[in-house]
This record gives sequence, structure tokens and C-alpha cells, in this order.
Amino acid sequence: MRPLRAFISFLVGDPRADRVVPPSGVAAHLTTFAAAAMAFLAVFALALSLSAGRLAERWSSALAQSSTVRISAPDDQRAAQTQAVLDILAETPGVESARALSDAEQRALLAPWFGADLPVETLPIPQLIEVVETQAGYDAEGLRLRLRAEAPGAILDDHTRWRRPLVRAADRLRSLGWTSILLITLTTGAMITLAANAALAANAQVIAVLRLVGARDTYIARAFVRRFTLRSLTGAAIGTALGMLAVWALPSAETASSFLTGLGFSGASWLLPLTIPPLAAIVAFWATRAASFRALKEVR
Amino acid sequence: MIELNDVGYSYGGDALLTDVSLNLSPGSFHFLTGPSGAGKTTLLKLCYLELQATRGEVVAFGRPARQLSRDGVARMRRRVGIVHQDCRFLDHLPLVENVALPLSVSGQPDHADSTEMRELLAWVGLKHRATALPPELSGGERQRAALARALIMSPDVILADEPTGNLDWEMSLRLLTLLVELNRMGKAVLIATHDLALIRQAKTQLAARVLRIRDRTLQVAGAEL
Repeated sequence: MRPLRAFISFLVGDPRADRVVPPSGVAAHLTTFAAAAMAFLAVFALALSLSAGRLAERWSSALAQSSTVRISAPDDQRAAQTQAVLDILAETPGVESARALSDAEQRALLAPWFGADLPVETLPIPQLIEVVETQAGYDAEGLRLRLRAEAPGAILDDHTRWRRPLVRAADRLRSLGWTSILLITLTTGAMITLAANAALAANAQVIAVLRLVGARDTYIARAFVRRFTLRSLTGAAIGTALGMLAVWALPSAETASSFLTGLGFSGASWLLPLTIPPLAAIVAFWATRAASFRALKEVR
Repeated sequence: MIELNDVGYSYGGDALLTDVSLNLSPGSFHFLTGPSGAGKTTLLKLCYLELQATRGEVVAFGRPARQLSRDGVARMRRRVGIVHQDCRFLDHLPLVENVALPLSVSGQPDHADSTEMRELLAWVGLKHRATALPPELSGGERQRAALARALIMSPDVILADEPTGNLDWEMSLRLLTLLVELNRMGKAVLIATHDLALIRQAKTQLAARVLRIRDRTLQVAGAEL
């Protein structure tokens, strides 16, 4: 109960104690503005991290659950090897289903590059077999060896070479997002420390008078700490609201399924940016407190 | 209440005060004289712990100053009324709030509108200036306001550095009368001053001890005073 009471008392403040430090005009607005700008950036960094995380998960699971067998065999052996591969796959543990793609499906796959009228049957295009794995997955190396023995024209592509770089890229993007949030937090702390130092230096005479009449360090520090904490909280709240609004206004992920349009929050993750203003206030609280006590040590 | 035992103070290798012993006991009244730059202000600062003695020991209200934490120093100062030569104020606060500042910082109701506050301001002749900001006050008004601030907490010890420097003779006598009354109530008073007439006037009313700083040491002043 005591910390809660202290927190409420801090928020409510003591008008007399607040008045002992003169209002600092432009510096006050700059602190609020800096906190707002940092919070705005933090919302985007958070959105980037969450989106990258979702993307990595999606790519990872989508590509991990499927693979392809490509059969490049002479025309007279193609059907036999396709059937042989299908038979092998049917009895391979970890394979949920396997089916050969029809000419129409293969044409559809190639259409973006060669157009819809591509005469697939006249071209030496390999036959594709789509393999869907179970959760447990199959032994890719064992399957490759068996295919090499029984269907020499068949090549298994388990998407590892595609999946790994993509997932790695998405993971890096996510790490970059979190690193950005960390840097934004540290920068906010540094900026507030600088602003607090400037305010403390400008009010050296006030501090000297207060010490002279018997003010304790905590009394003097509180006047500065409360001011900077509330300014940062206000600025961060404004910046977060604007950032969330901007993210919300981005094109929806449902309408165009690309990474950039998928940048944003979904469901309960919309609540996460709401932690930014209290975080900014906590950073401001500790940064100003440390700066205040450091400055007060100079005054006997 | 405040004792200086063989205290010395050096700054930048130069000794400003040496072997100073002084006891501001309850009911004591001291004047401190000496030429400008002799170290009167330094001695006062040592008494209210703005400066730390480089030699010897300062004992404030029974506790060695070196053992006092910063909060301890703050608590000690609430029992000491200080009138500075340069009368430092918070320039953005009206006079009445400046006078009430010691009450505010110690968490007491400041009684800015109370009868006591009005009486105190009336006594120092500043009732009509209660809402004025310090930069709007004359030198004499600032000095009187500093005196009111020093007395608001009813301190045990009163330290004043040239408190009559900007006051006319009538106001100086009123100030002296108040300090004498407070002294009779058991408060210890130490006044650093050049005003010999004030010292002579005081000696007609009470047994004040007159000290002089000469050659960096504290001496009892001669019979000329």
C-alpha cells in the first residue's frame, strides 16, 4: 500500500513544492516534444518487431510443412518414375499426403513468368509432386537416398535453402526492431538527463536558497523529477497515440499480403504500445533523479 | 547549541581562519567585527555548515558536523535562522511565499495568509509589499524580508551577516530590540557587523560579547567597544 500511496502522492504533487522551481518555458516544451517524437518512433519499432516476428513464424511454419519432388526424366520414363515416387512417398513415415501437380497447376505456377498460354506439354518441364508433411516431419536424407535408388530423375526439395535465409532475415529484422526500441529508450534517457542538467544548472541559485532554509535533497529533487516525469509522460502519450494512429492508417494486411502492408499490430498486440508512455515516465523519473542528486552533491 | 572547537578553514592552500573557538550557547549574544575580508562571513558559514572546517571540529546541536548526513544538515538549518549579506531569495515567488519558504520545505503549513504572517510582515514594515517579487524590493526591504524569513521558524540560533547594512537607524534599532527580546527567550544570537553604534546600543541593553577577527584568529574585542 505504501508504494501505491507514494505513487499517488507523486502524481498529485504538492503545489507549494512545485512552485519553488520556476517554470522553464521552452525547455519544458522541448522535453515534451522529444518524448513525443521518441514514443512515435518506438511505436513503429514495436510494430516492426512484432510484424517481423509474425512473418518469421509464418514463413517458418508454412515452408516447413511442405516440400516438393521434381522429376526430370525422359518422356517415356516420366510417368513410371512419377508413380514410383508417389508409391515411395505413400509409405514414407512423416508424409501426410503427396500428389502430382496437373498440367494446369504447373501452367498456373509458370504463368507469372511465361504467360497463361504456355504449352506445358510440349516443353521439357519437370513434373512436380507436392508433399505435405505431418507435424513430426520425415527423414529428408533417407528419402533422398531412396529416391536416388528407385527414381533417379527425382530431386527432393524440402525448402530448407529457401526457408533458412528468409527466417534468418525475419529474425534479424525482429532483433533490429527490439534494438531500435532499446536505443530509443537510452536516447530518451540521455535527452532527459541533458534537459534536467540544464534545468538544474539554470536553477543553481534556487537550489542554494532551498538548501539554506533547510530543504532536504529529496524535497528539491522531487520538484525537478515530478516535472520532467510528467512532461515525458504527456509527450510520450501524445507520441504513442499519433504513432498508433499512423500504424492503424497503414494499408491492411488482408488487402495486400506483403511484408510492408503487414506492418502493424493485431489483436491484443494493440495493447503493447500503451506500455510506452509509462516506460518513458519511468526512464524520465530515474534519469532526472540521478541528475538531481548528482547536482545537489555540489551544494552543501 | 553550536560550538566551534579550534576550527581552521583553508581555501586553495591559504588559511582564512585558524584556531577559532566559539560557543553559541542558549541565551548567548555575540557580535562579530573585523575589517572587510577578515573572515566574518566565512565564520558564519562554518556555523551553519555551508563550509566544512578543514581543521578542528564544529558541533551543531550536540552532533559533530562531520557526522551529519545531508538530511542532518538540512534538519540542523531548520533550527538556525540565517540572514545573509546578499539576501538570497527565489525571485519568481512573491515576498510572502519567500518568507514562508522555511515552513514549506519542512512540510509545515505555511500560513501565508495567517495573522502571524501578517504581524511578522507588519513588524518588519513589509505588510504592504507582501505580493511584491524580490527584484521589485529595495536593498533595505530585502534585508528586512530576509530577517522575517530567518525568524519564521522560531529558530534556536540566529546568525546574521551585516543585517543592518541597508537599514536606517530606526529600523536597525527595531531589529536590535527584536533580537534582544528573542535572546532573552533563550535564543543564541551571532551578528557580524561593522555597525559600532549598533553594538554600543546593544551593550546598553544586555551583556553582549563582542568578538573581532584579527590575523585570521578570533579575539575578544577591546574596551573601545
